[in-house]
Amino acid sequence: MGFEFSAETKQELDRIFGRYVTKQAALLPVLYLAQREFGYVSLEAMEYVAGIVGLTPARVYEVATFYTMYNKQPVGRYFIQVCTNISCALRGGMDLFAYLSKKLGIAEGQTTKDGRFTLVKVECLGACGNAPMMQVNDDYYEDLSPAKVDEILKSLT
Amino acid sequence: MANDDYKILSRNWGKPDSHKLETYLQSGGYEAARKALTMEPQAVAQTVLDAGLRGRGGAGFPTGRKWLFMPKDDRPRFLCVNADEGEPGTFKDRDILRYDPHMLIEGILIACWAMQAHTSYIYIRGEFTEPQRRMEAAIEEAYAKGILGNRVLESDFRLDVYVHAGAGAYVCGEETALINSIEGKKGQPRIRPPFPPQRGVFDMPTTVNNVESIASTPYIIANGPEAYKKFGTEKSPGTKLFCVSGHVNRPQVIELPLGVPLMELIEKHCGGILKGMKLKAVIPGGSSTPVLTASECQGVTMDYEALAAAGSMLGSGAVIVMAEGTCMVTTLHVLTHFYAHESCGQCTPCREGTGWMAQITGRMVKGKGKIEDLDLLLSLANGMFGRTICPLADAAVGPVTSFIGKFRQEFEDYIRTQKGPREKPFPVKWMS
Repeated sequence: MGFEFSAETKQELDRIFGRYVTKQAALLPVLYLAQREFGYVSLEAMEYVAGIVGLTPARVYEVATFYTMYNKQPVGRYFIQVCTNISCALRGGMDLFAYLSKKLGIAEGQTTKDGRFTLVKVECLGACGNAPMMQVNDDYYEDLSPAKVDEILKSLT
Repeated sequence: MANDDYKILSRNWGKPDSHKLETYLQSGGYEAARKALTMEPQAVAQTVLDAGLRGRGGAGFPTGRKWLFMPKDDRPRFLCVNADEGEPGTFKDRDILRYDPHMLIEGILIACWAMQAHTSYIYIRGEFTEPQRRMEAAIEEAYAKGILGNRVLESDFRLDVYVHAGAGAYVCGEETALINSIEGKKGQPRIRPPFPPQRGVFDMPTTVNNVESIASTPYIIANGPEAYKKFGTEKSPGTKLFCVSGHVNRPQVIELPLGVPLMELIEKHCGGILKGMKLKAVIPGGSSTPVLTASECQGVTMDYEALAAAGSMLGSGAVIVMAEGTCMVTTLHVLTHFYAHESCGQCTPCREGTGWMAQITGRMVKGKGKIEDLDLLLSLANGMFGRTICPLADAAVGPVTSFIGKFRQEFEDYIRTQKGPREKPFPVKWMS
Protein backbone atom coordinates (compact mmCIF):
# COMPACT_ATOMS: atom_id res chain seq x y z
CA MET A 1 0.00 0.00 0.00
CA GLY A 2 3.00 2.27 0.28
CA PHE A 3 2.14 3.47 3.77
CA GLU A 4 5.50 4.45 5.07
CA PHE A 5 6.85 7.73 6.38
CA SER A 6 9.56 9.52 4.47
CA ALA A 7 13.10 9.48 5.85
CA GLU A 8 12.71 13.04 7.20
CA THR A 9 9.49 12.21 8.98
CA LYS A 10 11.11 9.13 10.52
CA GLN A 11 13.76 11.40 12.00
CA GLU A 12 11.02 13.47 13.62
CA LEU A 13 9.71 10.32 15.30
CA ASP A 14 12.72 9.99 17.58
CA ARG A 15 12.33 13.55 18.76
CA ILE A 16 8.67 12.94 19.50
CA PHE A 17 9.27 9.70 21.42
CA GLY A 18 11.89 11.51 23.48
CA ARG A 19 9.27 13.82 24.96
CA TYR A 20 7.17 11.14 26.61
CA VAL A 21 7.48 8.50 29.29
CA THR A 22 5.64 5.87 27.25
CA LYS A 23 5.75 5.12 23.56
CA GLN A 24 1.95 5.18 23.34
CA ALA A 25 1.86 8.80 24.43
CA ALA A 26 3.33 9.74 21.05
CA LEU A 27 0.08 8.72 19.35
CA LEU A 28 -1.43 12.21 18.91
CA PRO A 29 1.68 13.77 17.36
CA VAL A 30 2.31 10.71 15.18
CA LEU A 31 -1.26 10.87 13.87
CA TYR A 32 -0.54 14.48 12.90
CA LEU A 33 2.52 13.32 10.98
CA ALA A 34 0.38 10.74 9.20
CA GLN A 35 -2.18 13.37 8.27
CA ARG A 36 0.52 15.69 6.97
CA GLU A 37 2.22 12.99 4.96
CA PHE A 38 -0.73 10.98 3.64
CA GLY A 39 -3.23 13.85 3.31
CA TYR A 40 -5.76 12.36 5.71
CA VAL A 41 -5.96 9.64 8.34
CA SER A 42 -7.29 6.58 6.52
CA LEU A 43 -7.77 3.17 8.12
CA GLU A 44 -4.55 2.03 6.47
CA ALA A 45 -2.71 5.04 7.88
CA MET A 46 -4.09 4.19 11.34
CA GLU A 47 -2.81 0.64 11.04
CA TYR A 48 0.60 1.90 10.04
CA VAL A 49 0.64 4.31 13.00
CA ALA A 50 -0.45 1.51 15.33
CA GLY A 51 2.67 -0.42 14.39
CA ILE A 52 4.88 2.59 15.06
CA VAL A 53 3.55 3.41 18.52
CA GLY A 54 2.94 -0.17 19.59
CA LEU A 55 -0.84 -0.07 19.95
CA THR A 56 -3.61 -2.18 18.47
CA PRO A 57 -5.30 -0.65 15.41
CA ALA A 58 -8.53 -0.51 17.42
CA ARG A 59 -6.93 1.77 20.01
CA VAL A 60 -5.61 4.06 17.29
CA TYR A 61 -9.02 4.11 15.60
CA GLU A 62 -10.67 4.99 18.90
CA VAL A 63 -8.35 7.95 19.40
CA ALA A 64 -8.33 9.17 15.79
CA THR A 65 -12.13 9.25 15.72
CA PHE A 66 -12.43 10.96 19.11
CA TYR A 67 -10.58 14.10 18.02
CA THR A 68 -12.06 16.34 15.35
CA MET A 69 -8.78 17.52 13.84
CA TYR A 70 -7.87 14.19 12.31
CA ASN A 71 -9.61 14.03 8.95
CA LYS A 72 -10.86 10.54 8.39
CA GLN A 73 -11.87 11.46 4.82
CA PRO A 74 -9.89 13.34 2.21
CA VAL A 75 -10.41 17.10 2.21
CA GLY A 76 -9.75 19.75 -0.40
CA ARG A 77 -6.42 21.49 -0.82
CA TYR A 78 -7.80 24.28 1.34
CA PHE A 79 -9.81 23.19 4.33
CA ILE A 80 -12.02 26.09 5.38
CA GLN A 81 -13.41 25.98 8.91
CA VAL A 82 -15.86 28.70 9.89
CA CYS A 83 -16.58 29.38 13.54
CA THR A 84 -20.32 29.63 14.18
CA ASN A 85 -20.19 29.57 17.96
CA ILE A 86 -21.65 32.35 20.07
CA SER A 87 -19.16 35.22 19.80
CA CYS A 88 -18.77 34.76 16.05
CA ALA A 89 -22.52 34.23 15.56
CA LEU A 90 -23.16 37.57 17.28
CA ARG A 91 -20.90 39.26 14.72
CA GLY A 92 -22.08 37.52 11.57
CA GLY A 93 -20.41 34.09 11.65
CA MET A 94 -23.53 32.45 10.18
CA ASP A 95 -23.62 35.05 7.39
CA LEU A 96 -19.96 34.40 6.70
CA PHE A 97 -20.64 30.70 6.37
CA ALA A 98 -23.61 31.32 4.05
CA TYR A 99 -21.50 33.67 1.95
CA LEU A 100 -18.75 31.08 1.52
CA SER A 101 -21.24 28.32 0.84
CA LYS A 102 -22.90 30.34 -1.92
CA LYS A 103 -19.67 31.59 -3.39
CA LEU A 104 -18.07 28.15 -3.53
CA GLY A 105 -21.29 26.40 -4.49
CA ILE A 106 -20.97 23.76 -1.77
CA ALA A 107 -22.90 22.87 1.37
CA GLU A 108 -21.40 22.05 4.73
CA GLY A 109 -18.94 19.18 4.60
CA GLN A 110 -18.63 19.25 0.82
CA THR A 111 -15.62 19.75 -1.42
CA THR A 112 -15.57 21.74 -4.64
CA LYS A 113 -15.36 19.64 -7.81
CA ASP A 114 -11.84 20.86 -8.57
CA GLY A 115 -10.73 19.59 -5.16
CA ARG A 116 -9.67 23.05 -4.08
CA PHE A 117 -11.95 23.81 -1.14
CA THR A 118 -13.71 21.92 1.62
CA LEU A 119 -16.09 23.91 3.80
CA VAL A 120 -17.20 23.10 7.36
CA LYS A 121 -18.67 24.82 10.41
CA VAL A 122 -16.69 24.43 13.62
CA GLU A 123 -17.04 25.26 17.27
CA CYS A 124 -15.20 28.11 19.00
CA LEU A 125 -11.64 28.57 17.72
CA GLY A 126 -10.63 30.98 20.48
CA ALA A 127 -10.34 34.16 18.44
CA CYS A 128 -13.64 35.69 19.61
CA GLY A 129 -12.34 39.26 19.79
CA ASN A 130 -11.79 39.29 16.05
CA ALA A 131 -15.08 37.77 14.97
CA PRO A 132 -16.13 36.62 12.50
CA MET A 133 -13.22 34.41 11.62
CA MET A 134 -12.26 31.26 9.80
CA GLN A 135 -9.36 28.87 9.69
CA VAL A 136 -7.89 27.73 6.38
CA ASN A 137 -5.53 24.78 6.84
CA ASP A 138 -3.19 25.99 9.63
CA ASP A 139 -3.94 29.69 9.47
CA TYR A 140 -6.48 31.93 11.14
CA TYR A 141 -8.15 34.73 9.17
CA GLU A 142 -9.84 37.22 11.46
CA ASP A 143 -12.01 40.37 11.39
CA LEU A 144 -13.42 39.17 8.09
CA SER A 145 -15.42 41.26 5.67
CA PRO A 146 -16.84 40.06 2.33
CA ALA A 147 -14.08 41.93 0.48
CA LYS A 148 -11.43 40.32 2.66
CA VAL A 149 -12.90 36.87 2.09
CA ASP A 150 -12.89 37.42 -1.67
CA GLU A 151 -9.28 38.43 -1.53
CA ILE A 152 -8.30 35.43 0.59
CA LEU A 153 -10.09 32.98 -1.69
CA LYS A 154 -8.36 34.48 -4.70
CA SER A 155 -4.96 34.02 -3.08
CA LEU A 156 -5.62 30.32 -2.41
CA THR A 157 -4.83 28.72 -5.72
CA MET B 1 -1.61 54.79 40.38
CA ALA B 2 -0.30 55.53 36.92
CA ASN B 3 -2.36 54.41 33.99
CA ASP B 4 -0.73 51.13 33.18
CA ASP B 5 0.66 50.21 36.58
CA TYR B 6 -1.61 47.24 36.77
CA LYS B 7 -0.39 45.65 33.56
CA ILE B 8 1.37 42.53 34.75
CA LEU B 9 0.58 39.89 32.15
CA SER B 10 0.23 42.18 29.16
CA ARG B 11 3.01 44.65 29.93
CA ASN B 12 5.14 43.54 27.00
CA TRP B 13 2.38 43.13 24.42
CA GLY B 14 2.72 45.56 21.58
CA LYS B 15 6.49 45.92 21.94
CA PRO B 16 8.36 44.99 18.77
CA ASP B 17 9.36 41.33 18.90
CA SER B 18 7.65 40.94 22.26
CA HIS B 19 7.86 37.17 21.84
CA LYS B 20 11.64 37.08 21.63
CA LEU B 21 13.92 36.24 24.52
CA GLU B 22 15.95 39.42 24.09
CA THR B 23 12.87 41.59 24.55
CA TYR B 24 11.84 39.65 27.62
CA LEU B 25 15.30 39.91 29.17
CA GLN B 26 15.32 43.67 28.61
CA SER B 27 12.21 44.00 30.76
CA GLY B 28 13.82 42.12 33.65
CA GLY B 29 12.81 38.71 32.41
CA TYR B 30 13.96 35.58 34.29
CA GLU B 31 15.05 37.61 37.34
CA ALA B 32 12.07 36.19 39.23
CA ALA B 33 13.12 32.67 38.29
CA ARG B 34 16.65 33.38 39.53
CA LYS B 35 15.20 34.63 42.78
CA ALA B 36 12.94 31.58 43.13
CA LEU B 37 15.91 29.26 42.71
CA THR B 38 17.51 30.85 45.80
CA MET B 39 14.35 30.20 47.85
CA GLU B 40 13.15 26.99 49.47
CA PRO B 41 10.70 25.32 47.04
CA GLN B 42 8.01 25.26 49.73
CA ALA B 43 8.49 28.98 50.32
CA VAL B 44 7.91 29.68 46.63
CA ALA B 45 4.57 27.86 46.74
CA GLN B 46 3.70 29.62 49.98
CA THR B 47 4.42 33.02 48.39
CA VAL B 48 2.03 32.27 45.53
CA LEU B 49 -0.57 31.10 48.05
CA ASP B 50 -0.08 34.24 50.15
CA ALA B 51 -0.58 36.40 47.06
CA GLY B 52 -4.06 34.92 46.79
CA LEU B 53 -3.64 33.92 43.15
CA ARG B 54 -6.61 31.84 42.08
CA GLY B 55 -6.82 29.60 39.03
CA ARG B 56 -7.57 31.67 35.96
CA GLY B 57 -8.90 28.83 33.81
CA GLY B 58 -12.33 28.97 35.35
CA ALA B 59 -12.43 27.09 38.63
CA GLY B 60 -10.68 29.73 40.74
CA PHE B 61 -8.84 27.28 42.98
CA PRO B 62 -5.81 28.80 44.77
CA THR B 63 -2.74 28.10 42.63
CA GLY B 64 -0.28 27.91 45.53
CA ARG B 65 -2.55 25.41 47.29
CA LYS B 66 -2.40 23.15 44.24
CA TRP B 67 1.38 23.27 44.35
CA LEU B 68 1.47 22.44 48.06
CA PHE B 69 -0.78 19.41 47.43
CA MET B 70 2.01 17.68 45.54
CA PRO B 71 3.32 14.70 47.53
CA LYS B 72 6.91 14.74 48.69
CA ASP B 73 7.72 11.12 47.77
CA ASP B 74 10.50 10.25 45.35
CA ARG B 75 8.39 9.70 42.22
CA PRO B 76 8.99 12.08 39.31
CA ARG B 77 6.57 15.02 39.31
CA PHE B 78 4.95 16.77 36.37
CA LEU B 79 3.46 20.16 35.61
CA CYS B 80 0.89 20.32 32.83
CA VAL B 81 0.04 23.78 31.62
CA ASN B 82 -3.50 24.01 30.32
CA ALA B 83 -3.50 25.98 27.07
CA ASP B 84 -6.46 24.10 25.64
CA GLU B 85 -8.34 27.36 25.43
CA GLY B 86 -11.78 26.40 24.16
CA GLU B 87 -14.47 27.84 26.40
CA PRO B 88 -16.54 29.86 23.92
CA GLY B 89 -15.76 33.54 24.34
CA THR B 90 -12.27 32.92 25.74
CA PHE B 91 -9.20 34.10 23.81
CA LYS B 92 -6.68 35.31 26.38
CA ASP B 93 -4.15 32.47 26.68
CA ARG B 94 -3.63 32.67 22.93
CA ASP B 95 -2.22 36.17 23.41
CA ILE B 96 0.12 35.15 26.24
CA LEU B 97 1.42 32.33 24.05
CA ARG B 98 1.79 34.57 21.00
CA TYR B 99 3.02 37.78 22.55
CA ASP B 100 4.96 36.76 25.64
CA PRO B 101 5.82 33.05 25.61
CA HIS B 102 8.84 33.66 27.86
CA MET B 103 6.64 34.95 30.66
CA LEU B 104 4.96 31.57 30.59
CA ILE B 105 8.28 29.71 30.53
CA GLU B 106 9.49 31.74 33.49
CA GLY B 107 6.29 30.90 35.35
CA ILE B 108 6.75 27.23 34.52
CA LEU B 109 10.27 27.39 35.87
CA ILE B 110 9.02 28.91 39.12
CA ALA B 111 6.20 26.38 39.45
CA CYS B 112 8.43 23.43 38.68
CA TRP B 113 11.02 24.58 41.21
CA ALA B 114 8.28 24.98 43.82
CA MET B 115 7.04 21.45 43.16
CA GLN B 116 10.44 19.99 42.30
CA ALA B 117 9.07 18.82 38.97
CA HIS B 118 11.52 18.22 36.16
CA THR B 119 9.12 17.92 33.25
CA SER B 120 6.38 20.21 32.02
CA TYR B 121 3.97 19.76 29.15
CA ILE B 122 2.24 22.76 27.66
CA TYR B 123 -1.01 21.41 26.26
CA ILE B 124 -1.97 23.80 23.47
CA ARG B 125 -5.18 23.28 21.54
CA GLY B 126 -4.46 21.85 18.12
CA GLU B 127 -5.97 24.71 16.15
CA PHE B 128 -3.54 27.21 17.71
CA THR B 129 -0.71 26.58 15.26
CA GLU B 130 0.73 30.08 15.45
CA PRO B 131 0.86 30.04 19.27
CA GLN B 132 2.41 26.56 19.12
CA ARG B 133 5.15 27.78 16.81
CA ARG B 134 5.82 30.83 18.97
CA MET B 135 5.97 28.69 22.08
CA GLU B 136 8.26 26.13 20.50
CA ALA B 137 10.60 28.84 19.24
CA ALA B 138 10.72 30.39 22.71
CA ILE B 139 11.47 27.02 24.31
CA GLU B 140 14.30 26.54 21.83
CA GLU B 141 15.72 29.97 22.71
CA ALA B 142 15.50 29.10 26.39
CA TYR B 143 17.40 25.83 25.93
CA ALA B 144 20.06 27.57 23.86
CA LYS B 145 20.63 30.14 26.63
CA GLY B 146 20.70 27.62 29.46
CA ILE B 147 17.36 28.73 30.86
CA LEU B 148 16.00 25.23 30.36
CA GLY B 149 17.82 21.93 30.32
CA ASN B 150 20.16 20.17 32.68
CA ARG B 151 21.45 23.25 34.49
CA VAL B 152 18.68 25.79 34.67
CA LEU B 153 20.20 29.30 35.00
CA GLU B 154 23.54 27.80 36.09
CA SER B 155 21.93 25.92 38.98
CA ASP B 156 21.76 22.17 39.56
CA PHE B 157 18.07 22.18 38.74
CA ARG B 158 17.01 20.25 35.64
CA LEU B 159 13.88 21.13 33.68
CA ASP B 160 12.48 20.00 30.35
CA VAL B 161 9.50 21.72 28.75
CA TYR B 162 7.54 20.31 25.81
CA VAL B 163 4.61 21.47 23.74
CA HIS B 164 1.86 18.89 23.31
CA ALA B 165 -0.72 19.78 20.68
CA GLY B 166 -4.33 18.85 21.29
CA ALA B 167 -6.42 17.63 18.40
CA GLY B 168 -9.83 19.26 18.67
CA ALA B 169 -11.78 18.37 21.81
CA TYR B 170 -13.17 20.98 24.20
CA VAL B 171 -13.37 18.43 27.02
CA CYS B 172 -9.56 18.17 27.10
CA GLY B 173 -9.59 21.48 28.97
CA GLU B 174 -10.78 19.38 31.94
CA GLU B 175 -7.62 18.43 33.78
CA THR B 176 -7.94 14.66 33.86
CA ALA B 177 -9.07 14.54 30.22
CA LEU B 178 -6.03 16.67 29.41
CA ILE B 179 -3.84 14.15 31.22
CA ASN B 180 -5.34 11.25 29.24
CA SER B 181 -4.80 13.19 26.05
CA ILE B 182 -1.11 13.69 26.83
CA GLU B 183 -0.86 9.93 27.35
CA GLY B 184 -2.14 9.41 23.80
CA LYS B 185 -5.63 8.39 24.82
CA LYS B 186 -9.14 9.64 24.13
CA GLY B 187 -9.65 12.81 26.10
CA GLN B 188 -12.20 11.44 28.53
CA PRO B 189 -12.12 12.68 32.13
CA ARG B 190 -11.07 10.28 34.88
CA ILE B 191 -12.98 9.42 38.01
CA ARG B 192 -11.42 10.99 41.09
CA PRO B 193 -9.93 9.94 43.45
CA PRO B 194 -7.12 9.44 42.75
CA PHE B 195 -6.53 13.13 42.12
CA PRO B 196 -3.74 14.26 39.78
CA PRO B 197 -1.29 15.06 42.62
CA GLN B 198 -1.49 11.39 43.61
CA ARG B 199 -1.77 9.83 40.16
CA GLY B 200 -1.71 12.15 37.18
CA VAL B 201 0.10 11.93 33.90
CA PHE B 202 1.85 8.55 33.47
CA ASP B 203 0.42 7.76 36.94
CA MET B 204 2.87 10.24 38.49
CA PRO B 205 2.17 13.24 40.75
CA THR B 206 0.86 16.00 38.51
CA THR B 207 -0.43 19.52 38.79
CA VAL B 208 -2.45 21.13 36.01
CA ASN B 209 -2.50 24.95 35.91
CA ASN B 210 -3.94 27.41 33.41
CA VAL B 211 -1.56 29.50 31.27
CA GLU B 212 -2.66 32.79 32.84
CA SER B 213 -2.22 31.46 36.39
CA ILE B 214 1.33 30.32 35.66
CA ALA B 215 2.20 33.53 33.80
CA SER B 216 1.11 35.55 36.85
CA THR B 217 3.71 33.97 39.11
CA PRO B 218 6.93 35.72 37.97
CA TYR B 219 5.46 39.05 39.08
CA ILE B 220 4.44 37.58 42.43
CA ILE B 221 7.88 36.11 43.10
CA ALA B 222 9.70 39.23 41.93
CA ASN B 223 7.57 41.71 43.87
CA GLY B 224 6.10 39.69 46.71
CA PRO B 225 2.52 38.87 47.68
CA GLU B 226 1.77 42.33 49.05
CA ALA B 227 2.58 44.02 45.75
CA TYR B 228 0.22 41.63 43.95
CA LYS B 229 -2.52 42.16 46.51
CA LYS B 230 -2.45 45.89 45.87
CA PHE B 231 -4.48 45.04 42.78
CA GLY B 232 -7.95 43.62 42.83
CA THR B 233 -10.19 43.04 45.81
CA GLU B 234 -9.44 41.56 49.19
CA LYS B 235 -10.77 38.12 48.28
CA SER B 236 -9.93 38.28 44.56
CA PRO B 237 -6.47 39.84 44.48
CA GLY B 238 -4.48 40.63 41.39
CA THR B 239 -5.24 41.32 37.78
CA LYS B 240 -7.15 39.33 35.19
CA LEU B 241 -7.21 39.14 31.44
CA PHE B 242 -10.78 39.87 30.39
CA CYS B 243 -11.87 38.70 26.95
CA VAL B 244 -14.68 40.90 25.73
CA SER B 245 -16.53 39.78 22.60
CA GLY B 246 -19.91 40.23 20.94
CA HIS B 247 -21.74 43.51 20.53
CA VAL B 248 -19.20 46.03 21.78
CA ASN B 249 -17.34 48.59 19.74
CA ARG B 250 -13.90 47.35 20.71
CA PRO B 251 -13.84 43.63 21.42
CA GLN B 252 -10.47 42.75 22.92
CA VAL B 253 -8.36 41.07 25.56
CA ILE B 254 -7.71 43.58 28.30
CA GLU B 255 -5.89 43.23 31.61
CA LEU B 256 -7.52 44.98 34.54
CA PRO B 257 -7.51 44.59 38.31
CA LEU B 258 -10.13 42.13 39.51
CA GLY B 259 -13.18 43.92 40.83
CA VAL B 260 -13.58 46.28 37.90
CA PRO B 261 -17.28 47.09 37.42
CA LEU B 262 -18.71 45.12 34.49
CA MET B 263 -20.31 48.24 33.00
CA GLU B 264 -17.02 50.12 33.20
CA LEU B 265 -15.36 47.28 31.32
CA ILE B 266 -18.00 47.50 28.61
CA GLU B 267 -18.49 51.27 28.43
CA LYS B 268 -15.08 52.69 29.20
CA HIS B 269 -12.66 50.05 28.00
CA CYS B 270 -14.56 48.50 25.11
CA GLY B 271 -16.24 51.59 23.72
CA GLY B 272 -19.80 50.68 24.71
CA ILE B 273 -22.42 48.77 22.79
CA LEU B 274 -22.13 48.59 19.03
CA LYS B 275 -23.94 51.27 17.00
CA GLY B 276 -25.36 52.82 20.16
CA MET B 277 -27.69 49.84 20.64
CA LYS B 278 -28.99 48.96 24.08
CA LEU B 279 -27.54 46.21 26.23
CA LYS B 280 -29.69 43.11 26.53
CA ALA B 281 -27.57 40.54 28.37
CA VAL B 282 -24.04 39.49 29.25
CA ILE B 283 -22.49 36.09 29.78
CA PRO B 284 -19.74 37.16 32.18
CA GLY B 285 -17.26 34.27 32.37
CA GLY B 286 -17.42 32.06 29.29
CA SER B 287 -20.34 30.23 27.70
CA SER B 288 -20.85 27.93 30.69
CA THR B 289 -21.56 30.71 33.17
CA PRO B 290 -25.15 31.82 33.77
CA VAL B 291 -26.27 34.84 31.74
CA LEU B 292 -26.95 38.20 33.40
CA THR B 293 -29.76 40.50 32.26
CA ALA B 294 -28.96 44.13 31.49
CA SER B 295 -30.29 45.22 34.86
CA GLU B 296 -28.27 42.57 36.70
CA CYS B 297 -25.15 43.91 34.98
CA GLN B 298 -25.56 47.30 36.67
CA GLY B 299 -23.32 47.51 39.69
CA VAL B 300 -21.84 44.03 39.44
CA THR B 301 -18.05 43.84 39.63
CA MET B 302 -15.76 41.40 37.88
CA ASP B 303 -14.42 39.27 40.71
CA TYR B 304 -15.09 35.76 41.99
CA GLU B 305 -17.31 36.81 44.92
CA ALA B 306 -19.43 39.50 43.26
CA LEU B 307 -20.27 37.33 40.27
CA ALA B 308 -21.07 34.37 42.51
CA ALA B 309 -23.37 36.63 44.53
CA ALA B 310 -25.03 37.67 41.28
CA GLY B 311 -25.72 34.00 40.55
CA SER B 312 -23.04 33.58 37.92
CA MET B 313 -19.28 33.02 37.81
CA LEU B 314 -16.07 34.77 36.85
CA GLY B 315 -15.03 31.62 34.99
CA SER B 316 -12.34 32.33 32.43
CA GLY B 317 -13.13 36.06 32.33
CA ALA B 318 -14.82 35.77 28.94
CA VAL B 319 -17.42 38.51 28.75
CA ILE B 320 -19.90 37.90 25.91
CA VAL B 321 -22.01 40.97 25.30
CA MET B 322 -25.43 40.80 23.64
CA ALA B 323 -27.37 43.84 22.44
CA GLU B 324 -31.14 44.29 22.22
CA GLY B 325 -32.40 42.35 19.24
CA THR B 326 -30.37 39.23 19.98
CA CYS B 327 -32.67 36.21 19.83
CA MET B 328 -32.16 34.27 23.05
CA VAL B 329 -33.73 31.12 21.62
CA THR B 330 -31.27 31.00 18.74
CA THR B 331 -28.36 31.91 20.98
CA LEU B 332 -29.26 29.15 23.43
CA HIS B 333 -29.44 26.69 20.56
CA VAL B 334 -25.94 27.71 19.44
CA LEU B 335 -24.72 26.89 22.95
CA THR B 336 -26.62 23.62 23.43
CA HIS B 337 -25.40 22.45 20.04
CA PHE B 338 -21.86 23.16 21.21
CA TYR B 339 -22.15 21.09 24.40
CA ALA B 340 -23.79 18.20 22.56
CA HIS B 341 -20.94 18.27 20.06
CA GLU B 342 -18.31 18.32 22.80
CA SER B 343 -19.73 15.81 25.29
CA CYS B 344 -17.20 12.98 25.43
CA GLY B 345 -20.01 10.46 25.68
CA GLN B 346 -18.78 8.67 28.76
CA CYS B 347 -21.53 9.61 31.24
CA THR B 348 -25.12 8.95 30.23
CA PRO B 349 -26.69 12.10 31.73
CA CYS B 350 -24.31 14.28 29.74
CA ARG B 351 -24.22 12.30 26.51
CA GLU B 352 -28.01 11.97 26.33
CA GLY B 353 -28.87 15.22 28.09
CA THR B 354 -26.77 17.53 25.95
CA GLY B 355 -28.07 15.78 22.82
CA TRP B 356 -31.67 16.27 23.91
CA MET B 357 -31.05 19.90 24.79
CA ALA B 358 -29.65 20.52 21.33
CA GLN B 359 -32.56 18.74 19.66
CA ILE B 360 -35.25 20.50 21.68
CA THR B 361 -33.80 23.98 21.20
CA GLY B 362 -33.22 23.05 17.56
CA ARG B 363 -36.90 22.34 17.00
CA MET B 364 -37.80 25.60 18.73
CA VAL B 365 -35.63 27.49 16.29
CA LYS B 366 -37.35 25.66 13.43
CA GLY B 367 -40.72 26.85 14.69
CA LYS B 368 -41.75 23.45 16.05
CA GLY B 369 -41.29 24.12 19.74
CA LYS B 370 -43.94 23.47 22.37
CA ILE B 371 -44.49 25.36 25.59
CA GLU B 372 -43.91 22.13 27.56
CA ASP B 373 -40.41 22.02 26.03
CA LEU B 374 -39.30 24.74 28.41
CA ASP B 375 -40.06 22.65 31.49
CA LEU B 376 -38.68 19.60 29.74
CA LEU B 377 -35.37 21.42 29.28
CA LEU B 378 -35.32 22.40 32.95
CA SER B 379 -36.11 18.85 34.01
CA LEU B 380 -33.30 17.57 31.80
CA ALA B 381 -30.98 20.10 33.38
CA ASN B 382 -31.97 18.84 36.79
CA GLY B 383 -31.17 15.29 35.74
CA MET B 384 -27.72 16.27 34.54
CA PHE B 385 -26.37 18.70 37.10
CA GLY B 386 -23.86 17.17 39.48
CA ARG B 387 -24.40 13.66 38.15
CA THR B 388 -21.39 13.22 35.92
CA ILE B 389 -17.64 12.61 36.19
CA CYS B 390 -16.63 16.06 34.96
CA PRO B 391 -18.30 19.49 34.91
CA LEU B 392 -19.16 19.52 31.19
CA ALA B 393 -22.77 18.60 31.95
CA ASP B 394 -22.96 21.32 34.60
CA ALA B 395 -21.51 23.71 32.05
CA ALA B 396 -24.31 22.88 29.61
CA VAL B 397 -26.89 23.37 32.34
CA GLY B 398 -25.70 26.91 33.19
CA PRO B 399 -26.90 28.59 30.01
CA VAL B 400 -30.08 26.49 29.71
CA THR B 401 -31.46 27.26 33.17
CA SER B 402 -30.39 30.90 33.14
CA PHE B 403 -31.64 31.68 29.62
CA ILE B 404 -35.03 30.11 30.28
CA GLY B 405 -35.21 31.44 33.83
CA LYS B 406 -34.46 35.03 32.87
CA PHE B 407 -35.97 35.25 29.39
CA ARG B 408 -38.91 32.87 29.76
CA GLN B 409 -41.36 35.36 28.28
CA GLU B 410 -39.28 35.66 25.14
CA PHE B 411 -39.08 31.88 24.80
CA GLU B 412 -42.84 31.54 25.31
CA ASP B 413 -43.63 34.29 22.80
CA TYR B 414 -41.29 32.71 20.32
CA ILE B 415 -42.97 29.33 20.68
CA ARG B 416 -46.58 30.61 20.83
CA THR B 417 -46.45 32.96 17.89
CA GLN B 418 -43.98 30.79 16.04
CA LYS B 419 -42.72 34.18 15.13
CA GLY B 420 -39.37 35.25 16.26
CA PRO B 421 -36.52 37.02 14.64
CA ARG B 422 -35.93 33.84 12.65
CA GLU B 423 -34.67 35.62 9.59
CA LYS B 424 -32.52 37.92 11.66
CA PRO B 425 -31.66 36.34 15.00
CA PHE B 426 -28.83 38.77 15.64
CA PRO B 427 -29.16 42.55 15.45
CA VAL B 428 -25.95 43.00 13.50
CA LYS B 429 -25.73 41.73 9.97
CA TRP B 430 -22.28 40.82 8.80
CA MET B 431 -20.56 44.03 7.71
CA SER B 432 -23.77 46.02 7.45
